[in-house]
Amino acid sequence: MARGVSTRTRITFTVIGWLVGFIIFFPILWTVLTSFKSEGAAIATPPQFLFFEWTAENYVEVNSRSDYLKHFMNSVVISLGSTLLGLLIAIPAAWAMAFAPTKRTKDVLLWMLSTKMLPAVGVLVPIYLLFRDAGLLDTRIGLVFVLTMANLPIIVWMLYTYFREIPGDILEAARMDGASLAKEIIYVLTPMAVPGIASTLLLNIILAWNEAFWTLNLTAAKAAPLTAFIASYSSPEGLFWAKLSAASTLAIAPILIMGWFSQRQLVRGLTFGAVK
Amino acid sequence: MATLQTRASARLMMTPAVVLLLLWMAVPLAMTLYFSMLRYNLLMPGMEEWAGFLNYRFFLTDPAFLTGLLNTLLLVGGVLLISVGGGILMALLLDQPFFGQGIVRLMVIAPFFVMPTVSALVWKNMLMHPVNGLFAWIARTFGLQPVDWFGEAPLFSIVMIVSWQWLPFATLILLTALQSLDTEQKEAAEMDGAGALSRFIYIVLPHMARAITVVVLIETIFLLSVFAEILVTTNGGPGVQTTTVTYLVYVQALLQFDVGGASAGGIVAVVLANIVAIFLVRLIGKNLE
Repeated sequence: MARGVSTRTRITFTVIGWLVGFIIFFPILWTVLTSFKSEGAAIATPPQFLFFEWTAENYVEVNSRSDYLKHFMNSVVISLGSTLLGLLIAIPAAWAMAFAPTKRTKDVLLWMLSTKMLPAVGVLVPIYLLFRDAGLLDTRIGLVFVLTMANLPIIVWMLYTYFREIPGDILEAARMDGASLAKEIIYVLTPMAVPGIASTLLLNIILAWNEAFWTLNLTAAKAAPLTAFIASYSSPEGLFWAKLSAASTLAIAPILIMGWFSQRQLVRGLTFGAVK
Repeated sequence: MATLQTRASARLMMTPAVVLLLLWMAVPLAMTLYFSMLRYNLLMPGMEEWAGFLNYRFFLTDPAFLTGLLNTLLLVGGVLLISVGGGILMALLLDQPFFGQGIVRLMVIAPFFVMPTVSALVWKNMLMHPVNGLFAWIARTFGLQPVDWFGEAPLFSIVMIVSWQWLPFATLILLTALQSLDTEQKEAAEMDGAGALSRFIYIVLPHMARAITVVVLIETIFLLSVFAEILVTTNGGPGVQTTTVTYLVYVQALLQFDVGGASAGGIVAVVLANIVAIFLVRLIGKNLE
């Protein structure tokens, strides 16, 4: 970047860049705009881009018509629950693998990753039947469990790659200075591990929030999170574009913002450190 | 650093994760394997009987399976082509210095965070709708006949939607790889008079090769299980035009309650995914040490 770029080149790329970015972002922008229209304006031809009567009534109606808040809370509980449970199980495991590796650690890690490669549809039938018999169909607990297991390999892997970057020398130095194991963990290790744990938390909330296969197949009216609830708008009884847009905007906004903040971790997390 | 004691406690710390994952994988998979050998339909309880490989024969010789397999390959291949090809171009573009680069970058990666049911419905209704959709309006503006996307080119429409969701992932990974390239190397080549195209072919592309492989393998794993987008847009139709292997198994399991047939299909899906997974696990394993 040190070399000078002519202003003309820069302007050309600015125009192309913004144009391409706008096109890719457009469906999201359009959804947000539509969510502030009346149903009539939403399907008007020619489409109304900015000059329409802005209204917030869709946001009010989305909830009063279909208990949106319940599904939103289902999403919150399921994605937070599965992420926290996953961290609880994964932190000790990743910790052990990073700081006390054995010859088999690598094999265990790769085996864990391979469980993530198992297509969900391969175990759909037994999980469905087991859930039916255990009364777990359409419950938050059941879904928390499934999503925890589905994302556990990713959580372990991400934590492992973060923990491995904590230099062992610092631990040794602390020990030399006479720090006890408890002090070592609380004052030396934890502060260095927190950023990695936070990124893992963020990314897994995103993954769990958007997970659709299990939520569509294992829930109905009661425990359905937003992924499944929004799918109910596909029924042909009528097109409620403005309301669909309002429900969608509310569903994607928190995750979009989280995703923007964690884009760097996303690269490491989803490629398991294979691309740096 | 690892004494006998730390090793023992390390094993203890790993136990819950290992045991739970083992149960999560082995138990249902063993059940699927077992069910796949049974004549077992939920609509006829108590009628289970051993069927051997009959379910596999029915599943594999069902014409819908061949269509499903072909659709799966077309979907995975199409999305890979668009997202990797587009991703390379996007990464090159975002690597150039221009005004508002950071904001454009955020706009480009945004679709990745949109839940699949939302993006499917937004594309289907608000963009691709043959009467009120935006594409229809654009077509009419240019005096063209609007396309009934899901009627005339259903699989292509799904490829478009899924590509839009996965292009950001490819872009982000490839851009990261691109930015780790030594600028000195590029500048040296530029000094030696190498043109932009040959610099791209001989320096940039080889540098990105590894990242491209990673994108291809990871996307393939996820794309083999595309489900929500099909369920909310076409339900696998018209006919079986957008039915994939995953969708076929879902239909047999939860709509026809054919546990045996669905299990055989599930095992077939597992075998397909494993072929890809072997390459991916090897590639990442190499990276470990």
